Amino acid sequence: MEQFIQQLVNGISLGSIYALIALGYTMVYGIVKLINFAHGDVFMVGAFIGFYSITFFHLGLFPALLISMTACAIFGVLIERIAYKPLRNATRIAALITAIGVSLFIEYGTIYIRGAQPEAYPSGIAPLKSIEIFGVKISGQSLLILAVSFFLMIVLQFIVHKTKIGKAMRAVSHDMDAAKLMGINVNNTISATFAIGSALAGAAGVIFGMYYTKIEPLMGIIPGLKAFVAAVLGGIGIIPGAMAGGLLLGVIEALVSAAGFSLWRDGVAFVVLILILIFRPAGLFGKNVREKV
Amino acid sequence: MLKVNDINVYYGNIHALKGVSLDIRPGEIVTLIGANGAGKSTLLKTISGLLKPKTGKILFEDEHVAGKVPQLIVKRGISHVPEGRRVFANMSVEENLELGAFLRKDKRGIREDFEKVYQLFPRLHERRKQLSGTLSGGEQQMLAMGRALMARPRLLLLDEPSMGLAPLLVKTIFRIIEEINQTGTTILLVEQNANMALSVANRAYVIETGKIVAAGTAAELGESDQIRKAYLGGH
Repeated sequence: MEQFIQQLVNGISLGSIYALIALGYTMVYGIVKLINFAHGDVFMVGAFIGFYSITFFHLGLFPALLISMTACAIFGVLIERIAYKPLRNATRIAALITAIGVSLFIEYGTIYIRGAQPEAYPSGIAPLKSIEIFGVKISGQSLLILAVSFFLMIVLQFIVHKTKIGKAMRAVSHDMDAAKLMGINVNNTISATFAIGSALAGAAGVIFGMYYTKIEPLMGIIPGLKAFVAAVLGGIGIIPGAMAGGLLLGVIEALVSAAGFSLWRDGVAFVVLILILIFRPAGLFGKNVREKV
Repeated sequence: MLKVNDINVYYGNIHALKGVSLDIRPGEIVTLIGANGAGKSTLLKTISGLLKPKTGKILFEDEHVAGKVPQLIVKRGISHVPEGRRVFANMSVEENLELGAFLRKDKRGIREDFEKVYQLFPRLHERRKQLSGTLSGGEQQMLAMGRALMARPRLLLLDEPSMGLAPLLVKTIFRIIEEINQTGTTILLVEQNANMALSVANRAYVIETGKIVAAGTAAELGESDQIRKAYLGGH
Protein backbone atom coordinates (compact mmCIF):
# COMPACT_ATOMS: atom_id res chain seq x y z
CA MET A 1 0.00 0.00 0.00
CA GLU A 2 2.78 2.36 1.00
CA GLN A 3 4.61 1.64 -2.22
CA PHE A 4 1.46 2.16 -4.18
CA ILE A 5 1.01 5.63 -2.75
CA GLN A 6 4.64 6.48 -3.41
CA GLN A 7 4.24 5.40 -7.01
CA LEU A 8 1.07 7.40 -7.24
CA VAL A 9 2.89 10.52 -6.05
CA ASN A 10 5.72 9.87 -8.52
CA GLY A 11 3.14 9.45 -11.24
CA ILE A 12 1.42 12.69 -10.34
CA SER A 13 4.65 14.68 -10.35
CA LEU A 14 5.74 13.17 -13.67
CA GLY A 15 2.22 13.75 -14.94
CA SER A 16 2.30 17.38 -13.92
CA ILE A 17 5.38 17.83 -16.14
CA TYR A 18 3.45 16.25 -19.03
CA ALA A 19 0.56 18.53 -18.20
CA LEU A 20 2.72 21.65 -18.41
CA ILE A 21 3.94 20.63 -21.86
CA ALA A 22 0.49 19.49 -22.97
CA LEU A 23 -0.93 22.91 -22.13
CA GLY A 24 1.24 24.49 -24.81
CA TYR A 25 0.09 21.95 -27.40
CA THR A 26 -3.52 22.42 -26.56
CA MET A 27 -3.49 26.24 -26.37
CA VAL A 28 -1.75 26.55 -29.71
CA TYR A 29 -4.08 24.01 -31.28
CA GLY A 30 -7.07 25.82 -29.82
CA ILE A 31 -6.11 29.05 -31.47
CA VAL A 32 -4.44 28.21 -34.80
CA LYS A 33 -5.50 24.56 -35.23
CA LEU A 34 -1.89 23.48 -35.53
CA ILE A 35 -0.17 20.63 -33.70
CA ASN A 36 3.09 22.38 -32.94
CA PHE A 37 5.48 19.44 -33.07
CA ALA A 38 8.37 21.75 -32.26
CA HIS A 39 6.89 22.21 -28.81
CA GLY A 40 8.87 19.32 -27.28
CA ASP A 41 12.05 20.98 -28.52
CA VAL A 42 11.15 24.25 -26.84
CA PHE A 43 10.94 22.14 -23.69
CA MET A 44 14.46 20.85 -24.41
CA VAL A 45 15.79 24.37 -25.00
CA GLY A 46 14.19 25.39 -21.70
CA ALA A 47 16.00 22.57 -19.90
CA PHE A 48 19.33 23.71 -21.36
CA ILE A 49 18.77 27.37 -20.58
CA GLY A 50 17.95 26.39 -17.00
CA PHE A 51 21.06 24.22 -16.89
CA TYR A 52 23.37 26.99 -18.11
CA SER A 53 21.78 29.53 -15.76
CA ILE A 54 22.52 27.24 -12.83
CA THR A 55 26.02 26.07 -13.80
CA PHE A 56 27.46 29.13 -15.61
CA PHE A 57 25.74 31.91 -13.75
CA HIS A 58 25.37 30.10 -10.43
CA LEU A 59 21.74 31.02 -10.09
CA GLY A 60 19.28 29.28 -7.84
CA LEU A 61 16.42 27.14 -9.07
CA PHE A 62 13.78 29.85 -9.15
CA PRO A 63 15.79 32.51 -10.99
CA ALA A 64 16.83 29.79 -13.46
CA LEU A 65 13.19 28.84 -13.87
CA LEU A 66 12.22 32.46 -14.58
CA ILE A 67 15.02 32.99 -17.08
CA SER A 68 14.19 29.77 -18.86
CA MET A 69 10.50 30.67 -19.06
CA THR A 70 11.23 34.15 -20.41
CA ALA A 71 13.72 32.91 -22.99
CA CYS A 72 11.35 30.15 -24.13
CA ALA A 73 8.48 32.62 -24.42
CA ILE A 74 10.56 34.75 -26.78
CA PHE A 75 11.74 31.65 -28.63
CA GLY A 76 8.17 30.45 -29.07
CA VAL A 77 7.06 33.80 -30.48
CA LEU A 78 10.00 33.80 -32.91
CA ILE A 79 9.11 30.31 -34.11
CA GLU A 80 5.54 31.41 -34.70
CA ARG A 81 6.44 34.64 -36.48
CA ILE A 82 9.11 33.09 -38.70
CA ALA A 83 7.78 29.62 -39.45
CA TYR A 84 4.02 29.50 -38.92
CA LYS A 85 2.66 32.97 -39.55
CA PRO A 86 3.42 32.95 -43.29
CA LEU A 87 1.40 29.73 -43.48
CA ARG A 88 -1.65 30.98 -41.60
CA ASN A 89 -3.88 30.63 -44.64
CA ALA A 90 -2.14 27.58 -46.08
CA THR A 91 -3.45 24.04 -45.77
CA ARG A 92 -3.18 22.44 -42.38
CA ILE A 93 -0.88 19.73 -43.65
CA ALA A 94 1.62 22.33 -44.88
CA ALA A 95 1.76 23.87 -41.42
CA LEU A 96 2.10 20.44 -39.82
CA ILE A 97 5.02 19.50 -42.06
CA THR A 98 6.62 22.85 -41.25
CA ALA A 99 6.24 22.11 -37.54
CA ILE A 100 8.10 18.83 -37.99
CA GLY A 101 10.77 20.70 -39.93
CA VAL A 102 11.12 23.30 -37.17
CA SER A 103 11.40 20.48 -34.65
CA LEU A 104 14.27 18.80 -36.52
CA PHE A 105 15.91 22.17 -37.08
CA ILE A 106 15.94 22.95 -33.35
CA GLU A 107 17.16 19.47 -32.39
CA TYR A 108 20.03 19.34 -34.83
CA GLY A 109 20.73 23.06 -34.52
CA THR A 110 21.32 22.47 -30.81
CA ILE A 111 23.61 19.53 -31.57
CA TYR A 112 25.50 21.67 -34.10
CA ILE A 113 26.00 24.47 -31.58
CA ARG A 114 26.89 22.54 -28.47
CA GLY A 115 27.38 18.93 -29.51
CA ALA A 116 25.26 15.89 -28.76
CA GLN A 117 26.78 15.01 -25.38
CA PRO A 118 24.37 14.93 -22.46
CA GLU A 119 24.70 17.10 -19.39
CA ALA A 120 23.97 16.27 -15.79
CA TYR A 121 21.76 18.69 -13.91
CA PRO A 122 23.58 19.70 -10.75
CA SER A 123 22.19 17.98 -7.70
CA GLY A 124 21.54 20.00 -4.63
CA ILE A 125 19.50 22.72 -6.27
CA ALA A 126 16.34 21.04 -5.08
CA PRO A 127 15.54 19.75 -1.62
CA LEU A 128 16.73 16.16 -1.35
CA LYS A 129 15.13 15.42 1.96
CA SER A 130 12.08 13.27 1.97
CA ILE A 131 9.02 14.11 3.93
CA GLU A 132 6.91 11.59 5.71
CA ILE A 133 3.19 12.02 5.44
CA PHE A 134 1.03 9.37 7.15
CA GLY A 135 3.93 6.97 7.10
CA VAL A 136 4.51 7.41 3.37
CA LYS A 137 7.86 8.83 2.31
CA ILE A 138 7.53 11.44 -0.39
CA SER A 139 10.61 12.98 -1.92
CA GLY A 140 11.02 16.71 -1.58
CA GLN A 141 11.67 16.90 -5.29
CA SER A 142 8.30 15.43 -6.17
CA LEU A 143 6.63 17.91 -3.88
CA LEU A 144 8.56 20.79 -5.39
CA ILE A 145 7.61 19.73 -8.91
CA LEU A 146 3.99 19.46 -7.87
CA ALA A 147 4.04 22.85 -6.21
CA VAL A 148 5.67 24.59 -9.18
CA SER A 149 3.41 23.03 -11.78
CA PHE A 150 0.21 23.56 -9.85
CA PHE A 151 1.18 27.15 -9.18
CA LEU A 152 1.79 27.71 -12.90
CA MET A 153 -1.51 26.07 -13.83
CA ILE A 154 -3.38 28.33 -11.43
CA VAL A 155 -1.63 31.37 -12.89
CA LEU A 156 -2.61 30.15 -16.35
CA GLN A 157 -6.25 29.74 -15.36
CA PHE A 158 -6.17 33.26 -13.98
CA ILE A 159 -4.66 34.66 -17.18
CA VAL A 160 -7.10 32.84 -19.44
CA HIS A 161 -10.25 33.70 -17.49
CA LYS A 162 -9.62 37.03 -15.82
CA THR A 163 -7.27 39.08 -17.97
CA LYS A 164 -7.95 40.94 -21.18
CA ILE A 165 -5.39 38.99 -23.16
CA GLY A 166 -6.87 35.72 -21.86
CA LYS A 167 -10.34 36.74 -22.96
CA ALA A 168 -8.93 37.74 -26.32
CA MET A 169 -7.31 34.31 -26.60
CA ARG A 170 -10.58 32.55 -25.92
CA ALA A 171 -12.41 34.80 -28.37
CA VAL A 172 -9.88 34.22 -31.16
CA SER A 173 -9.90 30.47 -30.57
CA HIS A 174 -13.68 30.40 -30.79
CA ASP A 175 -14.18 32.61 -33.84
CA MET A 176 -11.31 34.49 -35.42
CA ASP A 177 -13.37 36.82 -37.60
CA ALA A 178 -15.79 37.74 -34.83
CA ALA A 179 -12.78 38.46 -32.61
CA LYS A 180 -11.40 40.80 -35.27
CA LEU A 181 -14.70 42.66 -35.31
CA MET A 182 -14.29 43.32 -31.57
CA GLY A 183 -11.06 45.10 -32.41
CA ILE A 184 -8.88 42.27 -31.11
CA ASN A 185 -5.45 42.14 -32.72
CA VAL A 186 -5.37 38.51 -33.80
CA ASN A 187 -1.63 38.42 -34.54
CA ASN A 188 -0.70 39.68 -31.09
CA THR A 189 -3.12 37.29 -29.47
CA ILE A 190 -1.62 34.33 -31.31
CA SER A 191 1.87 35.48 -30.31
CA ALA A 192 0.78 35.73 -26.68
CA THR A 193 -0.55 32.18 -26.87
CA PHE A 194 2.76 30.89 -28.20
CA ALA A 195 4.62 32.89 -25.54
CA ILE A 196 2.59 31.48 -22.67
CA GLY A 197 2.65 27.90 -23.97
CA SER A 198 6.40 28.05 -24.57
CA ALA A 199 7.07 29.56 -21.14
CA LEU A 200 5.24 26.62 -19.58
CA ALA A 201 7.34 24.21 -21.67
CA GLY A 202 10.49 26.03 -20.50
CA ALA A 203 9.44 25.60 -16.88
CA ALA A 204 8.70 21.94 -17.53
CA GLY A 205 12.19 21.57 -19.05
CA VAL A 206 13.89 22.89 -15.93
CA ILE A 207 11.94 20.75 -13.48
CA PHE A 208 12.31 17.73 -15.76
CA GLY A 209 16.10 18.26 -15.72
CA MET A 210 16.03 18.54 -11.97
CA TYR A 211 14.01 15.34 -11.66
CA TYR A 212 15.80 13.12 -14.17
CA THR A 213 19.18 14.92 -13.91
CA LYS A 214 20.19 13.96 -17.48
CA ILE A 215 19.46 16.34 -20.35
CA GLU A 216 20.45 16.11 -24.02
CA PRO A 217 19.40 17.69 -27.32
CA LEU A 218 16.95 14.95 -28.28
CA MET A 219 15.33 14.76 -24.85
CA GLY A 220 12.26 16.66 -26.05
CA ILE A 221 11.03 14.02 -28.46
CA ILE A 222 9.52 11.44 -26.11
CA PRO A 223 8.11 13.81 -23.47
CA GLY A 224 6.84 15.98 -26.32
CA LEU A 225 4.99 13.06 -27.90
CA LYS A 226 3.64 11.95 -24.55
CA ALA A 227 2.42 15.45 -23.80
CA PHE A 228 0.74 15.42 -27.19
CA VAL A 229 -0.98 12.17 -26.18
CA ALA A 230 -1.96 13.84 -22.90
CA ALA A 231 -3.47 16.77 -24.79
CA VAL A 232 -5.46 14.44 -27.06
CA LEU A 233 -6.49 12.34 -24.07
CA GLY A 234 -7.96 15.38 -22.33
CA GLY A 235 -9.46 16.76 -25.54
CA ILE A 236 -7.24 18.85 -27.78
CA GLY A 237 -7.89 22.56 -27.45
CA ILE A 238 -9.34 22.24 -23.95
CA ILE A 239 -7.11 23.64 -21.20
CA PRO A 240 -8.44 21.70 -18.19
CA GLY A 241 -8.34 18.62 -20.44
CA ALA A 242 -4.59 19.00 -20.94
CA MET A 243 -4.04 19.24 -17.20
CA ALA A 244 -6.13 16.17 -16.46
CA GLY A 245 -4.72 14.25 -19.43
CA GLY A 246 -1.15 14.92 -18.32
CA LEU A 247 -1.75 13.87 -14.75
CA LEU A 248 -3.64 10.77 -15.82
CA LEU A 249 -0.93 9.72 -18.25
CA GLY A 250 1.77 10.17 -15.57
CA VAL A 251 -0.17 8.06 -13.12
CA ILE A 252 -0.82 5.34 -15.70
CA GLU A 253 2.89 5.19 -16.49
CA ALA A 254 3.93 5.05 -12.86
CA LEU A 255 1.43 2.27 -12.15
CA VAL A 256 2.59 0.29 -15.18
CA SER A 257 6.17 0.45 -13.90
CA ALA A 258 5.05 -0.34 -10.37
CA ALA A 259 3.29 -3.43 -11.65
CA GLY A 260 6.64 -4.65 -12.95
CA PHE A 261 6.34 -3.71 -16.60
CA SER A 262 8.73 -0.78 -16.53
CA LEU A 263 10.00 -1.61 -20.02
CA TRP A 264 6.48 -0.94 -21.30
CA ARG A 265 6.37 2.54 -19.80
CA ASP A 266 6.95 4.47 -22.98
CA GLY A 267 4.72 2.22 -25.05
CA VAL A 268 1.75 2.61 -22.77
CA ALA A 269 1.27 6.27 -23.69
CA PHE A 270 0.72 5.30 -27.30
CA VAL A 271 -1.65 2.49 -26.38
CA VAL A 272 -3.61 5.17 -24.56
CA LEU A 273 -3.54 7.33 -27.71
CA ILE A 274 -4.85 4.50 -29.87
CA LEU A 275 -7.60 3.64 -27.39
CA ILE A 276 -8.74 7.23 -27.02
CA LEU A 277 -8.81 7.75 -30.78
CA ILE A 278 -10.91 4.63 -31.22
CA PHE A 279 -13.35 5.08 -28.35
CA ARG A 280 -13.48 8.77 -27.58
CA PRO A 281 -11.78 10.79 -30.29
CA ALA A 282 -12.93 14.12 -28.86
CA GLY A 283 -11.03 13.34 -25.64
CA LEU A 284 -12.21 12.96 -22.06
CA PHE A 285 -13.30 16.60 -21.72
CA GLY A 286 -14.33 17.08 -25.33
CA LYS A 287 -17.85 17.29 -26.61
CA ASN A 288 -18.81 16.06 -29.98
CA VAL A 289 -19.50 19.44 -31.44
CA ARG A 290 -22.03 19.52 -34.17
CA GLU A 291 -21.62 22.48 -36.46
CA LYS A 292 -24.55 24.83 -36.18
CA VAL A 293 -25.60 26.27 -39.50
CA MET B 1 -20.66 59.98 -43.11
CA LEU B 2 -19.72 56.86 -45.04
CA LYS B 3 -18.89 57.04 -48.72
CA VAL B 4 -18.21 53.85 -50.60
CA ASN B 5 -16.78 54.75 -53.97
CA ASP B 6 -16.60 52.27 -56.85
CA ILE B 7 -15.14 49.31 -54.92
CA ASN B 8 -14.26 45.98 -56.49
CA VAL B 9 -13.89 42.92 -54.27
CA TYR B 10 -12.80 39.45 -55.30
CA TYR B 11 -12.87 36.03 -53.69
CA GLY B 12 -10.02 34.45 -55.58
CA ASN B 13 -11.24 34.64 -59.17
CA ILE B 14 -14.81 35.44 -58.31
CA HIS B 15 -15.69 39.06 -58.82
CA ALA B 16 -18.04 39.58 -55.86
CA LEU B 17 -18.55 43.34 -55.85
CA LYS B 18 -18.45 45.14 -59.17
CA GLY B 19 -17.92 48.84 -58.77
CA VAL B 20 -20.26 49.33 -55.83
CA SER B 21 -20.84 52.85 -54.53
CA LEU B 22 -23.07 54.04 -51.75
CA ASP B 23 -23.43 56.91 -49.43
CA ILE B 24 -24.73 57.15 -45.88
CA ARG B 25 -25.53 60.41 -44.11
CA PRO B 26 -25.34 60.88 -40.34
CA GLY B 27 -28.41 59.75 -38.44
CA GLU B 28 -29.90 57.69 -41.25
CA ILE B 29 -31.05 54.12 -41.45
CA VAL B 30 -29.99 52.89 -44.85
CA THR B 31 -30.92 49.42 -45.97
CA LEU B 32 -29.32 47.22 -48.54
CA ILE B 33 -31.62 44.61 -49.97
CA GLY B 34 -30.94 41.83 -52.37
CA ALA B 35 -31.14 38.08 -52.90
CA ASN B 36 -28.87 35.43 -51.48
CA GLY B 37 -25.36 35.75 -52.84
CA ALA B 38 -25.90 39.21 -54.28
CA GLY B 39 -22.96 40.58 -52.30
CA LYS B 40 -24.65 42.17 -49.29
CA SER B 41 -22.50 40.52 -46.65
CA THR B 42 -19.41 40.99 -48.78
CA LEU B 43 -20.02 44.72 -48.80
CA LEU B 44 -20.37 44.84 -45.01
CA LYS B 45 -17.25 42.74 -44.53
CA THR B 46 -15.34 45.08 -46.80
CA ILE B 47 -16.49 48.13 -44.87
CA SER B 48 -15.50 46.57 -41.54
CA GLY B 49 -12.12 45.47 -42.87
CA LEU B 50 -12.54 41.69 -42.92
CA LEU B 51 -12.12 41.84 -46.70
CA LYS B 52 -9.91 44.16 -48.69
CA PRO B 53 -11.20 45.76 -51.88
CA LYS B 54 -8.95 45.40 -54.90
CA THR B 55 -9.79 48.89 -56.09
CA GLY B 56 -12.00 51.74 -54.92
CA LYS B 57 -12.27 54.00 -51.91
CA ILE B 58 -14.14 53.90 -48.64
CA LEU B 59 -14.32 57.15 -46.71
CA PHE B 60 -15.61 57.25 -43.16
CA GLU B 61 -15.99 60.77 -41.83
CA ASP B 62 -13.58 61.91 -44.55
CA GLU B 63 -10.91 59.38 -43.63
CA HIS B 64 -9.75 56.60 -45.93
CA VAL B 65 -10.55 53.24 -44.36
CA ALA B 66 -10.53 50.85 -47.32
CA GLY B 67 -8.14 47.97 -46.71
CA LYS B 68 -7.44 48.98 -43.11
CA VAL B 69 -7.47 46.25 -40.45
CA PRO B 70 -10.76 45.75 -38.55
CA GLN B 71 -9.12 46.88 -35.32
CA LEU B 72 -8.57 50.39 -36.70
CA ILE B 73 -12.03 50.55 -38.22
CA VAL B 74 -13.70 49.60 -34.93
CA LYS B 75 -11.63 52.29 -33.27
CA ARG B 76 -12.82 54.87 -35.83
CA GLY B 77 -16.41 54.11 -34.86
CA ILE B 78 -17.82 51.39 -37.12
CA SER B 79 -19.18 48.21 -35.51
CA HIS B 80 -20.32 45.20 -37.47
CA VAL B 81 -22.91 42.71 -36.24
CA PRO B 82 -22.12 39.74 -38.46
CA GLU B 83 -24.55 37.39 -40.15
CA GLY B 84 -25.43 34.44 -37.95
CA ARG B 85 -24.68 36.51 -34.81
CA ARG B 86 -21.31 34.85 -34.13
CA VAL B 87 -21.46 35.27 -30.36
CA PHE B 88 -18.65 33.69 -28.34
CA ALA B 89 -20.64 30.65 -27.28
CA ASN B 90 -18.09 29.48 -24.73
CA MET B 91 -18.30 32.72 -22.78
CA SER B 92 -20.95 34.32 -20.62
CA VAL B 93 -23.20 37.11 -21.83
CA GLU B 94 -21.25 39.53 -19.66
CA GLU B 95 -17.90 38.45 -21.10
CA ASN B 96 -19.25 38.83 -24.62
CA LEU B 97 -20.26 42.39 -23.85
CA GLU B 98 -16.88 43.06 -22.26
CA LEU B 99 -15.19 41.93 -25.46
CA GLY B 100 -17.34 44.38 -27.36
CA ALA B 101 -15.59 47.14 -25.41
CA PHE B 102 -12.18 45.56 -26.03
CA LEU B 103 -10.51 48.69 -27.39
CA ARG B 104 -11.90 51.07 -24.79
CA LYS B 105 -10.09 52.13 -21.67
CA ASP B 106 -12.69 54.44 -20.04
CA LYS B 107 -13.96 52.20 -17.25
CA ARG B 108 -16.76 54.57 -16.26
CA GLY B 109 -18.03 54.86 -19.79
CA ILE B 110 -17.96 51.10 -20.20
CA ARG B 111 -20.00 50.66 -17.03
CA GLU B 112 -22.54 53.19 -18.31
CA ASP B 113 -22.79 51.35 -21.61
CA PHE B 114 -23.37 48.06 -19.81
CA GLU B 115 -26.36 49.75 -18.17
CA LYS B 116 -27.57 51.11 -21.51
CA VAL B 117 -27.32 47.74 -23.22
CA TYR B 118 -29.11 46.02 -20.35
CA GLN B 119 -31.82 48.67 -20.54
CA LEU B 120 -32.22 48.11 -24.25
CA PHE B 121 -32.20 44.32 -23.83
CA PRO B 122 -33.50 43.40 -20.35
CA ARG B 123 -33.28 39.74 -21.35
CA LEU B 124 -29.50 40.00 -21.48
CA HIS B 125 -29.42 41.34 -17.94
CA GLU B 126 -31.42 38.37 -16.71
CA ARG B 127 -29.00 36.01 -18.40
CA ARG B 128 -25.76 37.89 -17.89
CA LYS B 129 -24.00 34.97 -16.14
CA GLN B 130 -25.23 32.38 -18.61
CA LEU B 131 -23.02 30.96 -21.38
CA SER B 132 -24.08 32.68 -24.55
CA GLY B 133 -24.19 29.37 -26.43
CA THR B 134 -27.22 28.42 -24.34
CA LEU B 135 -29.25 31.46 -25.42
CA SER B 136 -32.08 31.29 -27.93
CA GLY B 137 -31.55 32.66 -31.43
CA GLY B 138 -33.34 35.91 -30.61
CA GLU B 139 -31.34 36.39 -27.43
CA GLN B 140 -28.12 35.73 -29.33
CA GLN B 141 -29.11 38.38 -31.85
CA MET B 142 -29.70 40.81 -29.00
CA LEU B 143 -26.32 39.89 -27.55
CA ALA B 144 -24.56 40.38 -30.88
CA MET B 145 -26.14 43.80 -31.21
CA GLY B 146 -25.40 44.72 -27.60
CA ARG B 147 -21.82 43.58 -28.02
CA ALA B 148 -21.40 45.83 -31.05
CA LEU B 149 -22.91 48.78 -29.17
CA MET B 150 -20.33 48.34 -26.40
CA ALA B 151 -17.77 49.82 -28.77
CA ARG B 152 -19.88 53.03 -28.91
CA PRO B 153 -20.07 53.02 -32.68
CA ARG B 154 -21.25 56.00 -34.68
CA LEU B 155 -22.09 53.66 -37.56
CA LEU B 156 -23.61 50.25 -36.92
CA LEU B 157 -23.57 47.58 -39.65
CA LEU B 158 -26.29 44.98 -39.19
CA ASP B 159 -26.20 41.81 -41.26
CA GLU B 160 -29.53 39.96 -41.45
CA PRO B 161 -30.67 40.62 -37.88
CA SER B 162 -34.01 38.93 -38.54
CA MET B 163 -32.57 35.70 -39.89
CA GLY B 164 -34.21 32.62 -38.42
CA LEU B 165 -36.31 34.50 -35.89
CA ALA B 166 -40.02 34.15 -35.19
CA PRO B 167 -42.15 37.00 -36.62
CA LEU B 168 -42.87 38.48 -33.21
CA LEU B 169 -39.17 38.60 -32.37
CA VAL B 170 -38.41 40.15 -35.73
CA LYS B 171 -40.75 42.99 -34.79
CA THR B 172 -38.99 43.44 -31.45
CA ILE B 173 -35.58 43.49 -33.09
CA PHE B 174 -36.69 46.09 -35.63
CA ARG B 175 -38.23 48.24 -32.91
CA ILE B 176 -34.88 48.12 -31.09
CA ILE B 177 -33.04 49.01 -34.29
CA GLU B 178 -35.16 52.15 -34.51
CA GLU B 179 -34.48 52.90 -30.84
CA ILE B 180 -30.73 52.57 -31.38
CA ASN B 181 -31.01 54.90 -34.35
CA GLN B 182 -32.91 57.48 -32.30
CA THR B 183 -30.03 57.69 -29.83
CA GLY B 184 -27.90 58.99 -32.69
CA THR B 185 -26.33 55.87 -34.17
CA THR B 186 -26.34 55.70 -37.94
CA ILE B 187 -27.30 52.29 -39.29
CA LEU B 188 -26.58 50.29 -42.42
CA LEU B 189 -29.00 47.39 -42.44
CA VAL B 190 -28.66 44.38 -44.70
CA GLU B 191 -31.83 42.34 -44.99
CA GLN B 192 -33.57 39.68 -47.00
CA ASN B 193 -36.77 40.63 -45.27
CA ALA B 194 -37.19 43.64 -47.57
CA ASN B 195 -40.64 44.59 -46.28
CA MET B 196 -39.44 45.02 -42.74
CA ALA B 197 -36.24 46.71 -43.82
CA LEU B 198 -38.01 49.28 -45.98
CA SER B 199 -40.47 50.01 -43.19
CA VAL B 200 -37.76 51.30 -40.87
CA ALA B 201 -35.25 52.71 -43.37
CA ASN B 202 -34.89 56.25 -44.70
CA ARG B 203 -33.21 55.17 -47.89
CA ALA B 204 -32.45 51.92 -49.63
CA TYR B 205 -30.11 50.35 -52.14
CA VAL B 206 -30.83 47.22 -54.13
CA ILE B 207 -27.94 44.97 -54.98
CA GLU B 208 -27.96 42.24 -57.61
CA THR B 209 -25.01 39.98 -58.47
CA GLY B 210 -22.48 42.42 -57.10
CA LYS B 211 -23.93 45.60 -58.58
CA ILE B 212 -26.17 48.31 -57.16
CA VAL B 213 -29.21 48.25 -59.47
CA ALA B 214 -31.51 50.70 -57.72
CA ALA B 215 -31.35 53.37 -55.07
CA GLY B 216 -33.80 55.80 -53.56
CA THR B 217 -35.84 56.63 -50.52
CA ALA B 218 -37.43 53.66 -48.81
CA ALA B 219 -40.87 54.93 -49.84
CA GLU B 220 -39.91 55.24 -53.53
CA LEU B 221 -38.43 51.79 -53.70
CA GLY B 222 -41.35 50.31 -51.78
CA GLU B 223 -43.65 51.57 -54.51
CA SER B 224 -41.54 50.61 -57.50
CA ASP B 225 -43.18 47.77 -59.40
CA GLN B 226 -39.93 46.13 -60.28
CA ILE B 227 -38.73 46.04 -56.67
CA ARG B 228 -42.09 44.84 -55.42
CA LYS B 229 -42.01 41.98 -57.87
CA ALA B 230 -38.47 40.92 -57.12
CA TYR B 231 -38.18 41.43 -53.38
CA LEU B 232 -41.47 42.11 -51.72
CA GLY B 233 -43.35 39.08 -52.93
CA GLY B 234 -45.30 41.80 -54.65
CA HIS B 235 -48.51 42.08 -56.54
